[in-house]
Amino acid sequence: MSAISEEVVDSASIAAASTKRKSLWALALRNPAVIFGGVILLIMLAIAILAPYLGTVDPTRIDPASRNKNPGTEITYRLDDGSTAKRVVLMGTDSLGRDVYSRVLYGTRVSLMIGVAVAAISVAIGLVIGLVSGYIRWADGFIMRIMDGLMAIPGILLAIALVSIWRAGLITVIFAIVVPDVPRVVRLVRSVVLSVREEPYVEGAISVGTPTWTLMFRHILPNTIAPLIVQGTFIAAAAIITEAILSFLGIGIPPEIPSWGNIMAEGRTLFRVFPHNILYPGIFLALTVLAINIMGDGLRDTLDPKMSKKV
Amino acid sequence: MPNTMPSTMADPKKPVLEVRNLSVSLPAGADRAHAVENVSFTVSPGEIVCLVGESGSGKSVIAFTVMGLLAKALKPTSGEILLEGENILAADESRLRELRCTRMSMIFQEPMTALNPVMTCGLQIDEVLETHTKLDAAERKAKIIAILDRVKLPEPERIYASYPHQLSGGQRQRIMIAMALVLDPVLLIADEPTTALDVTTQAEILKLIAELQAGEGTGVLFITHDFGVVAEIAHRVAVLRWGELVEVGPTEKILSRPEHSYTKMLISSVPSIHPAHRGVRRDGTTVLRTEKLGKTYSGNAFFQKARVVKAAVDVDLDIRKGETLGIVGESGSGKSTVARCIARLIDPTEGKVFLGDTEIATMSARKLRPHRRRVQIVFQDPYRSMNPRITVGDSIIEGPMNFGLKRDEALDRARNLMETVRLDPNSLDRYPHQFSGGQRQRICIARALAMEPELLIADEAVSALDVSVQKQVLELLDEIRVRLNLAVLFITHDLRVAAQICDYVAVMSKGRIVEYGSAEQVFGAPRDDYTKALFSAAPGRNWEFGKFAA
Repeated sequence: MSAISEEVVDSASIAAASTKRKSLWALALRNPAVIFGGVILLIMLAIAILAPYLGTVDPTRIDPASRNKNPGTEITYRLDDGSTAKRVVLMGTDSLGRDVYSRVLYGTRVSLMIGVAVAAISVAIGLVIGLVSGYIRWADGFIMRIMDGLMAIPGILLAIALVSIWRAGLITVIFAIVVPDVPRVVRLVRSVVLSVREEPYVEGAISVGTPTWTLMFRHILPNTIAPLIVQGTFIAAAAIITEAILSFLGIGIPPEIPSWGNIMAEGRTLFRVFPHNILYPGIFLALTVLAINIMGDGLRDTLDPKMSKKV
Repeated sequence: MPNTMPSTMADPKKPVLEVRNLSVSLPAGADRAHAVENVSFTVSPGEIVCLVGESGSGKSVIAFTVMGLLAKALKPTSGEILLEGENILAADESRLRELRCTRMSMIFQEPMTALNPVMTCGLQIDEVLETHTKLDAAERKAKIIAILDRVKLPEPERIYASYPHQLSGGQRQRIMIAMALVLDPVLLIADEPTTALDVTTQAEILKLIAELQAGEGTGVLFITHDFGVVAEIAHRVAVLRWGELVEVGPTEKILSRPEHSYTKMLISSVPSIHPAHRGVRRDGTTVLRTEKLGKTYSGNAFFQKARVVKAAVDVDLDIRKGETLGIVGESGSGKSTVARCIARLIDPTEGKVFLGDTEIATMSARKLRPHRRRVQIVFQDPYRSMNPRITVGDSIIEGPMNFGLKRDEALDRARNLMETVRLDPNSLDRYPHQFSGGQRQRICIARALAMEPELLIADEAVSALDVSVQKQVLELLDEIRVRLNLAVLFITHDLRVAAQICDYVAVMSKGRIVEYGSAEQVFGAPRDDYTKALFSAAPGRNWEFGKFAA
């Protein structure tokens, strides 16, 4: 027994590290990719919120007199009281004389909203279904076959179908993008649950009589958070692109509402002569999606060190 | 005086490997500055030198440094490694590539991951020959068949064309050995080559390595944590602790007359294979009884015929209060299946499990919940058996609170239990990663005891621990059994551990109990052929490890 008494442990000999595990957010904020992506996204968010105060005019306002102006042209426009004023159109105007600068800035709102909404909704739905599917064995086969079926539906085709049933609009677009994304989240969550449920600590919790719901929320759910955050960013990026595609095809957001896809669709016919109609929304779109993806990569590296290439 | 033209026949007096004052530094932020510090030893032709040490002692680092396979984060800072007089630390990558396989080879612990799963075994050996020799295809094939024959693989032609997954663990390790020895290297490094193997397979592989090296005069650097293996195979032993060499000497001397206190402590911690006389009593009330317990796994695939695996068949056991019943067996023998059926972590498919008078084998999950308290289980892997996200205190009180105890009362109980398992009660608010493996295993025991169980199942509970820590946990378990008059079901593959802790032993093979009796009877006079084979394969069975005062 002497060996044991020597081993009696006082607090000092237990690793003197901080009592709490290092917060994941603190770690993530040290990753340059996360900071880079995050800063660009914050700028985009600021643009979306502050759009009315950034020298924009009504983005839906049609001005037949100043159609297809190149960026930097000074135009004269009529105010409501009948007097005229001059201003410079930074990004030119489109074929209906609408100010592209204003449209692109307001379009940020639509794109960010679509990205966030689609990511949040598909993660929320996918999480619940994935937990049930992974943990409740008899439900698994049934749920996963439905998910396989949903995954077989092409998002764009579904959107066309939905638009022909309802009318085109934000909700329809979000719904159409969410449906094929949910099964991806379900698969991810299910795979995490399936591996975690075999962990001895989960079995330990079962053997001390922990009820199923406590087990799921206390011991299993937290393991899914990190991969879901990463997956969420990629879904958001893909959703923004899908929305742009749908709008470009004319089956997304109604054309009067400015969205990057709409602006590009509008500019498509005159692209060779007036490329600015596609160039500026294109730059914004590419930059936003790039920022989200870079941030997602950074988050994956910090949250899931096994995937990191740096090791 | 580097010898750049090594002779094929090694000079019997000159060491094949000479490690001089080797130091390897660890990256900043590690728990110590050096993985290996100032280590010197030699390996002579025809000699097996065992590097022994507990986890983290730096034994694998030495092996990888010799092979030039060290991870980039680790850097040799001083010393030299002379392979037949040539300093390996000064050799460039292309010279190292030449030396590997031709002058020195290595075999690893896990033969499955060391072989490429999409190439046949023959082609993998062929690759070595193609790289290092100018033989044509027919000559290479003849050489491979010859070496496969030499490592005693049956039907070399068939093995040549087999993929790794078609072979057993032992056969895969033989392929690794064949690949390592095909070019007759002067030095073979074996990094825990038998740790992942069953004891009977282990015995065969050890015998093979000893035979081959004696025949060819190869020097072997054998890395192990198992003193049984050391007693079995080593000519000389080098003991490592925290990267420092504490003692080197002939096996007989190190094992029977160790000088350093650490070596003494290590060897004293090795459990004896002869059962302790504990006096068998059959007077307690029966806590657990199983009747023809069975578990059949059947995969119900959509389009295929269901595959049926009988993991446990007709298992009859009983355990009384204050008694330890051990289930021993090799991997896949069904011992863990039985334990998990009893704890109802999986549902048995046949037979009955009586906890006291209650039959729980077929009980529904809801009815079972109140009985869950009565059987508690401690798992093998201390790093995975606690939720890393919650404090150890919360882990311990989870069970009692599920059964209606208030948080304060549960915490009081947890504090008492921490004292019982010899840990500081004030560390309840810490997280599992702040404890060592042995300490975590104590916390797991505390968590099990918090439920005030009637039966404690220890499923390979000490297998992942170093031998000195293992000894402490075993003593703790036994002390708790005596103090609480607990029934213990102890699952292990380690015969030495079983001999020391069990009153009764059940030997399992292929899902069935082949022998069941008191530890003294089973170990002293085994009746079943399988039991006999198992015991005779135990490494170092003829060596009685002394108990030294440190």
